[in-house]
Amino acid sequence: MLTVEGLQVRYGAITAVKGVSLEISEGELVALLGANGAGKTTTLLAISGALKAAAGRIVFGTEDITSVSPERIVRKGIAMVPETRDVFPDLTVAENLRLGAFIHRRDHSGFERDLKTAMDLFPVLETRADQAAGTLSGGEQQQLVIARALMSRPKLLLLDEPSVGLAPAIVERIFELINRLRERGLTILLVEQNAAQALKCADRVYVMSLGRVAVSGTAAEIASGSNLEEIYLGGQAARQRENHAR
Amino acid sequence: MLGNAIQFVVDALSLGSLYALMALGLVIVYGILRLVNFAYGELIMVTGYTLYLLNGSPFPWLVMAAMAVVMAILTGMATELVAFRPVRERSVTAVLITSFAFSTLLQNAALLFISPRARLVPLPDIFTQTVEIAGVIIPLRNLLTIVCSVLLLSLFALILKRTVLGIALRAAASHFTMARMLGVPANLVISVAFAISGLLAGVVALFWFGRIGSVVPGIGLEPLLVAFIATVIGGMRSLVGAVVGGFLLAFIDISLNYMLPQNLLQFRDAFTFSMVILILLLRPQGLIPGPATGQRT
Repeated sequence: MLTVEGLQVRYGAITAVKGVSLEISEGELVALLGANGAGKTTTLLAISGALKAAAGRIVFGTEDITSVSPERIVRKGIAMVPETRDVFPDLTVAENLRLGAFIHRRDHSGFERDLKTAMDLFPVLETRADQAAGTLSGGEQQQLVIARALMSRPKLLLLDEPSVGLAPAIVERIFELINRLRERGLTILLVEQNAAQALKCADRVYVMSLGRVAVSGTAAEIASGSNLEEIYLGGQAARQRENHAR
Repeated sequence: MLGNAIQFVVDALSLGSLYALMALGLVIVYGILRLVNFAYGELIMVTGYTLYLLNGSPFPWLVMAAMAVVMAILTGMATELVAFRPVRERSVTAVLITSFAFSTLLQNAALLFISPRARLVPLPDIFTQTVEIAGVIIPLRNLLTIVCSVLLLSLFALILKRTVLGIALRAAASHFTMARMLGVPANLVISVAFAISGLLAGVVALFWFGRIGSVVPGIGLEPLLVAFIATVIGGMRSLVGAVVGGFLLAFIDISLNYMLPQNLLQFRDAFTFSMVILILLLRPQGLIPGPATGQRT
């Protein structure tokens, strides 16, 4: 469904992503793990079009979307849930959701149906509908950004660190929701620092380190076979480079 | 005494509503792009010269006024196309310079093709009529200014609250990239913001010329300055702040007009700016800070 080949992304002189390749098939939940600064978020932002790729290709379905603008990419069926929980704080919950359906704004009956689905999945949003989004708790805001992303009827959902900064009980709830979305057939690319949680629900895993994919495999392989801590600290990538040098 | 009070209130409210609309036109673009449109004052100039050029045409005044406002809207959108769009994503400094350049270009075009000297702007009779309330004579155009501004502000608030495009505008002002990731087209939102900015400046211009009667190429500087100061007082990021700042600035101006002795009146601006400095010392972020998030695009 999504193929990324040799993706490079730069912030000025710094190359944050140095040749990442990954693949996601329809219906899969793929997790992208790695330490802070490994380039996970940058990879997601490049897929969603918010950052420009310096090199490499991003193909969605059969279409090359490498240099397509973010507003066009969401129309193709990729929705982004960013890490910083970007609700629009001075808009109400209802307005946030309405904006999520911006690309379907002429389809009123479809909007009502999607809204009902979203309220069923995230009941707390219904009780908070007329409240400014900035006044919600962290967990509620996280649910709102996910619900808002779903309003665009995506085929692929990019989830950036949905558990960051949330209490453990809320994290459980969020992952429950992710599992439910997946059961409904949604393809998900999940970026996480919370490796244990991500390994529990993912089909396949890519582990990034210093801008590269250090290891990849099924969740079971990664959970049992490799030393995650070492990769998180950069050991694996360093050793690989030594091997290359030889 | 009652008469004086009424006169003061009408003066402050009519000048305030002009300042508020003007500040709003500046801040709607600033909120989204984090860039000040320095060619904003020229929208007032364009409206004035359009009216001047239409003088003597067979159209009734209202039609001429509508055409002049449309010209302001088109000029606003042209500013975006010429000065902002080509360089917007590359450098803030470049946009600063291109918007100054576009402003200078328009002014010089007026100097060259029309005249450096003041030109009369056609005005309807109603602008020179007066009414008597509680013993004081009040120009009818001041009351008209208030009514039109209230209507325009309500319409504007309604659009921002109730339409998807309005919600998109507000969202783009707090987090432009996120709005784009939800499918809100950047160019559309920016064009709409510039068009609204042009509409507000055009309407303000009608009443501005109602007060002074004639147009010169440099006419835009004072409204730009007023709008800029009003947004700085009110908070650069907040639409409500712009309106509050506009009314407050007018209130200060008019109060000084009433209170200062004759020989100090020519220094009124110095007093006004002292008050502005005082406000900014106490509240450097402006009276109403905008939404918390947001980064420049």
